[in-house]
Amino acid sequence: METIVQCRGIQKKYMQGKVEVRALDNVDLDIAKGEFVALAGPSGSGKTTLLNLIGGLDTVDAGKVIVDGENYAELNGAALAELRLHRIGFVFQAYNLIPVLSARENVEYVMLLQGVGTAERRERSRMILDEVGLENKYDRRPSELSGGQQQRVAVARAIVSNPSIVLADEPTANLDSKTGEGLLKIMREMNEKKKATFIFSTHDKMVMDCARRLVMIQDGRIAR
Amino acid sequence: MDITIAWRNIWRNPRRTAVILIAVVIGIWSMVFMGALMRGVEVGMIDNGISTLTGDLQVHSRNYRNDPIVENSIREPELVHAALSKVLPPGAHSAFRVRLNAVAGNARHSAGVTLVGIDASAEKAVSFIGDAVTDGEYLSESDANGILVGQELLETFDTRLGRKIILMAQDADGEIASKAFRIKGIFQAEMKATEKQFVFVSGSAARKMLKMGNQVSEVCVALPGHRNSEAVVADLRRELGTGGEFEVNTWRELLPVLNAYLEMSNSFIFIWYVVMFVAMGFGLTNTTLMAVFERMREFGLLKALGMRPARIIRQVLIESSIILMIGMVIGNLLGILSVLLLSNTGIDLSDLAAGVEYAGMSRMIYPVLLESDILVSNLVVFVLGALVSLYPASKAARFTPIQAMAQT
Ligand SMILES: Nc1ncnc2c1ncn2[C@@H]1O[C@H](COP(=O)(O)OP(=O)(O)OP(=O)(O)O)[C@@H](O)[C@H]1O
Ligand SMILES: [Mg+2]
Repeated sequence: METIVQCRGIQKKYMQGKVEVRALDNVDLDIAKGEFVALAGPSGSGKTTLLNLIGGLDTVDAGKVIVDGENYAELNGAALAELRLHRIGFVFQAYNLIPVLSARENVEYVMLLQGVGTAERRERSRMILDEVGLENKYDRRPSELSGGQQQRVAVARAIVSNPSIVLADEPTANLDSKTGEGLLKIMREMNEKKKATFIFSTHDKMVMDCARRLVMIQDGRIAR
Repeated sequence: MDITIAWRNIWRNPRRTAVILIAVVIGIWSMVFMGALMRGVEVGMIDNGISTLTGDLQVHSRNYRNDPIVENSIREPELVHAALSKVLPPGAHSAFRVRLNAVAGNARHSAGVTLVGIDASAEKAVSFIGDAVTDGEYLSESDANGILVGQELLETFDTRLGRKIILMAQDADGEIASKAFRIKGIFQAEMKATEKQFVFVSGSAARKMLKMGNQVSEVCVALPGHRNSEAVVADLRRELGTGGEFEVNTWRELLPVLNAYLEMSNSFIFIWYVVMFVAMGFGLTNTTLMAVFERMREFGLLKALGMRPARIIRQVLIESSIILMIGMVIGNLLGILSVLLLSNTGIDLSDLAAGVEYAGMSRMIYPVLLESDILVSNLVVFVLGALVSLYPASKAARFTPIQAMAQT
């Protein structure tokens, strides 16, 4: 199986005042193409930090991250941005959407940044919103959508350009369990249909159960 | 889509947008309006200067301007006459004058004045005096002993219409000539100094008194629309020969102080633009900065999704530009409207007349809109406005997704 994410000896420290916090301490992790992985662990264990490093939003203090064949250490800021734009989809816990844009425009906007033509944008945004169950909600603004619906738009946006990986940091944390389960189901569907790799973090037992593979983190280390 | 997003973002916080808009509107309005007022002052000063006796250009004998005495008169006015008839554009007028220093006196008072001997009908077309007589009558063609004096002189001399005034001046033989004139008319001028300085008699009476034959002191020309005086002066100089007998000057050369003021006035207007802009610019930067910080999450998100910093800067600049442009349209309309409203009635400064007069301004200001002023003020606002928005925009571009996310 082809490896899509390769982390080797990752270290990440933060200064909290004068105290040094090891957010990640010598983390090794391989994730294969098409996997549906949950990062689980208590609060403060380093899930967000790891996802940010895999997503190229932050840089390691030591070790290396290789995603889809690209060694982040060799990329400059612009190249990293380019990589995020075309090959990584993001779903955050909250504030995922541009408030002044409708559901469909939110999905279209990333495609615009990717340089996709107008007609194709319209077509693909409609299709993907249908797939995540938001038919008839194309023109709603985020404020006119429920939390679960907003997260689905975010998933649609993340997946619409067939990225290599989708990173989701606690995508269900702000949702009730039933809505969260629905979102997970959709993510799983997308994972199977689009062959996209999903990595998401959670500390919710129910969500962990949905994962095909569970990676436990504790105090910045992978626990098995 | 960028413009759609910008447009929606602008109306996300209508109150803040309104604040920026008002600042821009007031800025542009005041630039246009105050600019027009200053131009109006300029035009008033030019009109004043030109119509007071200067005209658009003058011809003198070579030495007259240094030493305005009878000996330095134009000895052959026919030559000037011939040159003028060749060179002057249609609609131009000329008047030949005697203009010499004299002493005016009556039983109780005396004062130095400028004696102006005029061709009554020709003078009407080139200077203010034709319309300035408010009491009594204007001079007739070859008035032998009528004199026009200003209201102010009349008051200092404590005299009135019909009374006598004696004029004394050096004549062509170098003797002191004196002659009694009867006050035939009283004139009023924009400036009290004018009313005090000049007395008018007919050219023939002046020449006879001063034994000047047919000589004149100066020839004054008024051009239609006050235009092209430089070109006409050049033509006249050529026509009158390089012999050095004549001197031809534009009003700019004849009124060096006014000319210097006009040259400075452009800088005043520009400084005014900059001052207005600085006031406006601070508000603009501040408000835009606030708006940008409020949307930190959004910019962080966009950056996480792979949006380039340059594109974020562009987005913020598009938003500022749209607000600027709306403000500019409204500001210009208001500015032009208020100028139009005032351009007929004018602004009456007579209450401030003493100070105003000191500065050589007219009592009434009629604002004057120049396209170039409107253009420059808009350019200043737009270019500087975009520039000061660059700072908040670059802030927005520097938010990292991590920072943005940390902000709960
Ligand atoms: N920007 C930062 N500055 C200082 N310390 C940080 C920063 N980000 C994270 N940390 C610290 O690093 C450690 C790991 O944080 P991280 O956010 O990765 O945990 P997490 O597993 O995502 O927790 P949660 O479940 O609460 O989201 C924590 O101790 C946290 O306090
Ligand atoms: Mg976290």
